Amino acid sequence: MELLPNVTMNHYLLVSVILFVIGVAGILFRRNAIIMFMCVELMLNAVNITLVAFSKVWGQSDAQVFVFFIMVVAAAEVAVGLAILMMLYRNMHTTSTDVLDKLKW
Amino acid sequence: MLTEYAFWFLSFVAIFSALAMIFSKNPVYSVLSLILTFFAIAGHYFLLNAQFLAAVHIIVYAGAIMVLFLYVIMMLNLNRLEEDKKSTWMKFLSVAAGGLLLFVLLAVVKRTDEITITAQAANSDCGLVENLGKVLYNDYLLPFELASILFLGAMVGAVYLSKKELA
Repeated sequence: MELLPNVTMNHYLLVSVILFVIGVAGILFRRNAIIMFMCVELMLNAVNITLVAFSKVWGQSDAQVFVFFIMVVAAAEVAVGLAILMMLYRNMHTTSTDVLDKLKW
Repeated sequence: MLTEYAFWFLSFVAIFSALAMIFSKNPVYSVLSLILTFFAIAGHYFLLNAQFLAAVHIIVYAGAIMVLFLYVIMMLNLNRLEEDKKSTWMKFLSVAAGGLLLFVLLAVVKRTDEITITAQAANSDCGLVENLGKVLYNDYLLPFELASILFLGAMVGAVYLSKKELA
């Protein structure tokens, strides 16, 4: 069905997929932990677009409530994650994951 | 017609600024590009009749989360060009892996049957704050309260982690 004139659900799925893949590729591509955090935010938002589009398809508000909860979790994650990054920078003087690899294996 | 153009415009803005976020060397430019992406996504929400969600999205993401990112980058003085020590081979591999994932997901979307629900499509005011509040406080009351506990825990954790005299 068409959500907007000439714009179907699959268009929204395509936009969401592309944004999600950009987030995944960014996590693989960059070594800066802050940029990797921002890529996680991008992936969460790609999923949010899908949820809102499905909410419009079904004409129900439940999916938009799920988007609220995703925003809540994202905000909590960013607060704690950036606190951890600040602590790491204070002790190691870098945010590069090339150096911060003590937990690897 | 206008909304169709708005959809394509917002999609291209979102995707290109997301790419700029990945590829810019300066972390501050990455943050600004991601803010542009978030505004484009908020525009998508407006087009999808989720006005309240669009406003909350701008307030929470552009107003709080990205300001927090910017604040941390400024405080750690990371706003200089960093040399990326990652080899070009690894970069090629990461782009290839992303491309493969894109290929798989595009195949999935392409094979999706076109959704044919028309009965409830006329209900376009489900994104208004009144209906959202009714759903949130009737059906999702327990997750709402749990979210507040999660926030409390995150707040305490963030304050505890950033204390200076932490062992």
